[in-house]
Amino acid sequence: MFSSIRVRIILILAVIGFSGWYLYSNYQQSGSIVKLGLDLQGGMHLVLEVDDPEGLMSLEARSDAIDRSERIIRNRIDELGVEEPIVQKVGQDRLIVELAGVDDEERARELVGQTAMLEWKLVRSVSQVQAALPRIDRAIVATLGADSLRAIGRDIEVSPEESDEVADLLFRTDPDQDPADPEEDPEEAVVDEEAEAALQELEAEADLAAEELALRPFTSLLLTSEGDGEFLLLNEDFALARSFLAMPEVQAVLPREISLQFHWEPVAIGGRLYRALYVLERNPFITGEMLEDASATRDQQFNQAIVQFQLSRAGGRLFGDVTGRHIGDRIAIVLDNEVVSAPVVRSRIGARGQIELGQQDMEEARDLALVLRAGALPAPLRIMEERTVGPSLGQDSIDQGMRAGLIGLVLIVLIMIAYYRFTGVLAVLALSVYVMLVLGGLAALNATLTLPGIAGLILSIGMAVDANVLIFERIREELAEGRAVRTAVDEGFGHALSAIVDANITTLITALILFQFGTGPVRGFAVTLSIGIIASFFTALYVTRSLYLVYLRGKKAQDTLSI
Amino acid sequence: MKFWIFRNARFPFLEWRKKAYVFSAVVLSIGVLAMLANVVLIGNWQSYGVDFTGGTRILVELPEGVTEAELREALGGADAPPVSRFGAENEFTIRAPAEEGVAAEVVATRIRDQIAASPAIGEFEVLQTEFVGPTIGAELQQQALLAILISFFATLIYLAFRFEFRFGLASIIATVHDILLTLGFLALFRVEISLPTVAAVLTIIGYSLNDTIVVFDRIRENLNKKGGRRENPLTLINRSINEVLPRTVLTSGTTLAVLLALLILGGAVIRDFTIVLILGVVIGTYSSIFVAAPALLEIQKKFGTKEEAERKKKQRSRKKKKEAIPV
Repeated sequence: MFSSIRVRIILILAVIGFSGWYLYSNYQQSGSIVKLGLDLQGGMHLVLEVDDPEGLMSLEARSDAIDRSERIIRNRIDELGVEEPIVQKVGQDRLIVELAGVDDEERARELVGQTAMLEWKLVRSVSQVQAALPRIDRAIVATLGADSLRAIGRDIEVSPEESDEVADLLFRTDPDQDPADPEEDPEEAVVDEEAEAALQELEAEADLAAEELALRPFTSLLLTSEGDGEFLLLNEDFALARSFLAMPEVQAVLPREISLQFHWEPVAIGGRLYRALYVLERNPFITGEMLEDASATRDQQFNQAIVQFQLSRAGGRLFGDVTGRHIGDRIAIVLDNEVVSAPVVRSRIGARGQIELGQQDMEEARDLALVLRAGALPAPLRIMEERTVGPSLGQDSIDQGMRAGLIGLVLIVLIMIAYYRFTGVLAVLALSVYVMLVLGGLAALNATLTLPGIAGLILSIGMAVDANVLIFERIREELAEGRAVRTAVDEGFGHALSAIVDANITTLITALILFQFGTGPVRGFAVTLSIGIIASFFTALYVTRSLYLVYLRGKKAQDTLSI
Repeated sequence: MKFWIFRNARFPFLEWRKKAYVFSAVVLSIGVLAMLANVVLIGNWQSYGVDFTGGTRILVELPEGVTEAELREALGGADAPPVSRFGAENEFTIRAPAEEGVAAEVVATRIRDQIAASPAIGEFEVLQTEFVGPTIGAELQQQALLAILISFFATLIYLAFRFEFRFGLASIIATVHDILLTLGFLALFRVEISLPTVAAVLTIIGYSLNDTIVVFDRIRENLNKKGGRRENPLTLINRSINEVLPRTVLTSGTTLAVLLALLILGGAVIRDFTIVLILGVVIGTYSSIFVAAPALLEIQKKFGTKEEAERKKKQRSRKKKKEAIPV
């Protein structure tokens, strides 16, 4: 059914269309058609291993430690704002972190290398911070006031007629900036889109409200929540609120025994994303060291997702003591200063406890168990290997390599057309389909192109050319034996088939084995080679053949072939 | 006018095989000698890059006019770690090997300080610093080696299934020959073994297999033609090689043209890589004609073909039957 000319053309166009679509959507998302690896783009490459110099841990224990840390590290990296970071478990006991295009290396290293900090804190009532809230607003206004005045001149175009309200806007610093240090370079403080939207909202409101708002930069962001002990705020205000809270001046006016901490993930309520901000006791009553194990299960009776945990003996005593006094209160599980979960205490809990997650899916329970176990990690991860590649260097080599590669392709085109004439043109057409397919395949698999990957590409291009050469040589041989054009073409394809199939399959086997058993660079090579072989197989045997069929359609048996 | 190189060529390739054996043996010996010499001179059979040994690799950009010798002098003269010019006129890589009990950062800082302290070098910029743990090198090597061995085994099975066992064996012999020759070359010229060089060696395996299989495919086809099995194997193999010679030359030529473009225009980063690939294409083409095909012939001479084996088996069983009758 794939042999009629029309079906052939439709199929080929469909395949090209798919490749083009993948390339286009990749381009839309990341600005380049194929994701470039660290060696080509520049950035950071970190290899982490469990710090176990004496070799006390079993392989399973190390493997488990890596599993636990993966989620945490991924979460921390999100803070860096790196696009598409790669956090990947390699082998049994190693974690690879690749951050393409990261510029703050020190911070990246710190974020990746630090041990997860798990704490259990009591949730306090909102009323305990109520009195402190105006002080927080005043502290922010007092600290940022001078800077905002200076910056008014710069941001005047945002709101030319209401320059006195701009002061309010200035508190909304760019969330991409280091939130821990909003004073750093205030001239760069850009009013972002959210702030602009918020401004329009504000303008719509009564002037009085706007004036009041200007004096309440922080509390105006807070919304009351159903649960006591927490505020809600719109997720788009999260970065701004976090940067306010990180200011030392704000920390100074908070009650000494209280800390305000965010939930680590946004929550969707009625189609909008919110963040919870918890009022917590500053000091944890128990930390991750006392946790021994945690696992996710499902309660059969109530069909609830449950996380069970096991504390050490000392931890169990402490936990029982605190939970006994706080039945009905909430306890927050805090990881790296972000609240992961805040369940209500139902009864006194000793060394063994469970957290019920309601009807939520198991995914969430597993996540929480993983986080708990990570917080209880017996051995920290150690950075084994670190590479920093200067992006400019990468760019130079890409540009040069690209130019050389293009000239190489032009050479192939020239040789093929000089040697095979019109048939060479067909081959070049088929090879352009091949290039399209390979790039589309890389984009579809979301594969990263690295230098070894390019080696795989070169080999597969060589094989694609070879397949065409094999076919054409065979057709020439058949023609030389005096066969008619059509027969010669059929025979040529038929006889070249076995060589192409066997050569391609052998190489594909090798590529798959390299993929299975190799790591990193060897894998990159294997992936592009595999894609290349499949594409070469398709183009040589199907696309070239179809082009021939179209070409020969109007020909008579005695016509000659330009080959 | 039509180009058709080597059409109807009748080169007596297999008659030249003894010479090819000598040639391969000599080149292989040179390679092995180079490896041995390396063991004595640089302590390892290949010049492993930091990817393998572990250590610190620093790329610096020095002011124009500063020479390699001056940089080496700044880093301790005769005791300086290997320094090489890299890419642009004034960029250099310094490869400091891992030191027992010294953190990589310490080594990097020390080198930076040494350059800064040198009066001959003014303002300089560190473009790139790499710290590599040595265990990764060892493990990666083992894994790559394991993967290659498994792939040999799988190739052997596939070719035994599609062709005959001796074809599989001969192609593995040719591939091993190619790898050894390449490794010898790398040792001789002390090309730094880095991840891209490993990729290049893998590419050579693929290319060599591809080339060998094309030749073998023609031999298989001619064997299966009428009278093919009765033909003198030497003439048949020779004829097959000559029949695919135009294709071999054209494919290798095109690939080489592309690689030469990469070599000349591709810049310093991929230079070693391209050189290894070019070498691989030459060796791979050579071996498919002068190693794989002769190996096939030698195996056949020594162990006979499948048909001969079956014939002998039949004869033997017939003999046995005959022997059995008188009882």
